[in-house]
Amino acid sequence: MTTVAQINGSGPSSEDGDSLYALTHLDALESEAVHILREVAGEFERPVILFSGGKDSILMLHLALKAFAPAQVPFSLLHVDTGHNFPEVLEYRDRAVAAHGLRLHVASVQDYIDRGVLKERPDGTRNPLQTLPLTEKIQAERFDAVFGGGRRDEEKARAKERVFSLRDEFSQWDPRRQRPELWNLYNGRHAPGEHVRVFPLSNWTELDVWQYIARENIELPEIYFAHEREVFQRSGMWLTAGEWGGPKDGETVEKRQVRYRTVGDMSCTGAVDSDATTLDAVIAEIAASRLTERGATRADDKLSEAAMEDRKREGYF
Amino acid sequence: MTTTTTELSETTLLRFATAGSVDDGKSTLVGRLLHDSKSVLADQLEAVERASANRGQDGPDLALLTDGLRAEREQGITIDVAYRYFATPRRRFILADTPGHVQYTRNMVTGASTAELTVILVDARNGVVEQTRRHAAIAALLRVPHVVLAVNKMDLVDYREAVFAAIAEEFTAYATELGIPDVTAIPISALAGDNVVEPSATMDWYGGPTVLEHLETVPVSHDLAHCHARLPVQYVIRPQTAEHPDYRGYAGQIAAGSFRVGERVMVLPSGRTTTISGIDLLGKPVDVAWTTQSVTILLTDDIDVSRGDLIVPGKDAPQATQDIEATVCHVADQPLTVGHRVLLKHGTRTVKAVVKDIPSRLTLDDLSLHPHPEQLVANDIGRVKIRTAEPLPVDSYADSRRTGSFILIDPADGTTLTAGMVGDSFATPVPTHDDQTDDDGWDF
Repeated sequence: MTTVAQINGSGPSSEDGDSLYALTHLDALESEAVHILREVAGEFERPVILFSGGKDSILMLHLALKAFAPAQVPFSLLHVDTGHNFPEVLEYRDRAVAAHGLRLHVASVQDYIDRGVLKERPDGTRNPLQTLPLTEKIQAERFDAVFGGGRRDEEKARAKERVFSLRDEFSQWDPRRQRPELWNLYNGRHAPGEHVRVFPLSNWTELDVWQYIARENIELPEIYFAHEREVFQRSGMWLTAGEWGGPKDGETVEKRQVRYRTVGDMSCTGAVDSDATTLDAVIAEIAASRLTERGATRADDKLSEAAMEDRKREGYF
Repeated sequence: MTTTTTELSETTLLRFATAGSVDDGKSTLVGRLLHDSKSVLADQLEAVERASANRGQDGPDLALLTDGLRAEREQGITIDVAYRYFATPRRRFILADTPGHVQYTRNMVTGASTAELTVILVDARNGVVEQTRRHAAIAALLRVPHVVLAVNKMDLVDYREAVFAAIAEEFTAYATELGIPDVTAIPISALAGDNVVEPSATMDWYGGPTVLEHLETVPVSHDLAHCHARLPVQYVIRPQTAEHPDYRGYAGQIAAGSFRVGERVMVLPSGRTTTISGIDLLGKPVDVAWTTQSVTILLTDDIDVSRGDLIVPGKDAPQATQDIEATVCHVADQPLTVGHRVLLKHGTRTVKAVVKDIPSRLTLDDLSLHPHPEQLVANDIGRVKIRTAEPLPVDSYADSRRTGSFILIDPADGTTLTAGMVGDSFATPVPTHDDQTDDDGWDF
């Protein structure tokens, strides 16, 4: 659906000097993301969408479906599976793959731990462990463009990320080697073994994502809406009790009405107290929120002021 | 933040850029826009308060809100374009925050390339300096439609009207000479918050908008009647399924102007003409579509169209050429030299090309020309002549920012070398006229 900003008359739009031809902010963001998806389809051999089952990757898939309709999406999906998944999210992933006839690749952190290649961290967090399985899967499958759902509003280091982000064969991000991006002319040239991470949602904010999900009526995993859950508190966040390693001594489990603002590894993705059971309620809650999405719900970003910058350099999403 | 239905409804989007050095208080201005528009959230502010305290400062240093990478924090500099996002009930904003030092011309050019408006800061104590002229020249070269001159640190000149008026007049005269069509000068104090978000209590002689009010109301749409319609084809959609055996759609983002069903169009470079039989706007059939919508166009005749082609109105096709003259900004560390073999990306098409000549280099401070510099190094602006391996349907950048621009790529390592704008560097100066009726006294 495309909504056009108001034409003449007494509405706020005409007062702002905007005519019929000004796109609404959601239409502008949608069009830009579709343009990016199509550029990749036109210029790369083996693109893949990183699909976590989180709202940003669900949104990317939705945009890809629209961009290439009525044809099939010309990308496969890649899930980096930490082994600490919310069952609702896995179920959603499998349903989406089946419904759209997609091909799913899985890079499993658990496999790497079982093989002794990766070691479980003392804090039980598996987010930083995703980088190696992801990188090796990209190399093994020779993916040359890897779509990520990262947004520049999420975090300081991401604010300087390009839409087309060049990575070397170790997936490393070098902020000084990034190419200036002018107009909408993206440069996807890369050497064999290198790949390009592509971020079609670069210019979206959390609120944009939710507004668009509501407008397009996109289905999300249930954990995004308020529900009762057994949680315990760690570092000021509500974490889900489970086999992954919580609660520990001194942490007590209680039942609370919560929802998730992001979906990641269970061990470091916190829930927030919430009564929002519908999309509209979630949007109202976000608009009124005083904390950023990552500040509220990501333990891994609290490690240090430059935590994300360091992980990005090493090849993280 | 209060939650109202207005805030949650769809608004328009303004992309703008800021230029100015740390000394001009640019980071403070940006920090204030984010802070006073309530776009800074509690955890971000806490982080800034922590960092300010660590440095022994009293109170949060709003400039820290816009610091990014650790490398920059350690060196106290900004090395790159950072994108910021904020919203008011009236509009969403994407801000390309670029550092103002001379060695970062490329960042300013990058930020300005997608901007509809540039905010140029000057220190009220210093007035228009070389750097200000450089920033104005970049806005003019990149054809940014709207420029705001924010005369900052008014608190340090006792909020005197005469100081502001003199600076505004000098700048506006220079900007007009450069062909900048719209200049708005605003006296502010980013530190004290005067005229950034809230109107100043101390400058009652100023009757114009605050910076934020101006950002909220500046027009973001174009007069499509005077635009050449252009659709670079990105991708051919051919489902070849039982349901859609013969569907053949040409997908792309309309770069300029509008297209409608039934219109006669030409496909370049083949020059074949046909008629638009349908326009698919991301799943919805429409009769008309315009820039910057992403669409899929269906044509009446089964002609050969592929990625890199350009669909244009039959009566308004650009002249294809293999010889391009352009103003460029060199953005790579390795220099651009005469004889350099490159790839040129224009729209969705990438072709081989060679740099035939570099007639001049331009000094932005005083717009002086240095003939035959032999090479351009990073952050240089110059004129180049390029010969392409195939004819390209380029527009003049003055007519169309998207189809008049290109990038040069090093074929060996893929580096983006140069950003190019086809045609004359600067617009013809706008003759002084009084057809702007919204005269509020400070729209120079």
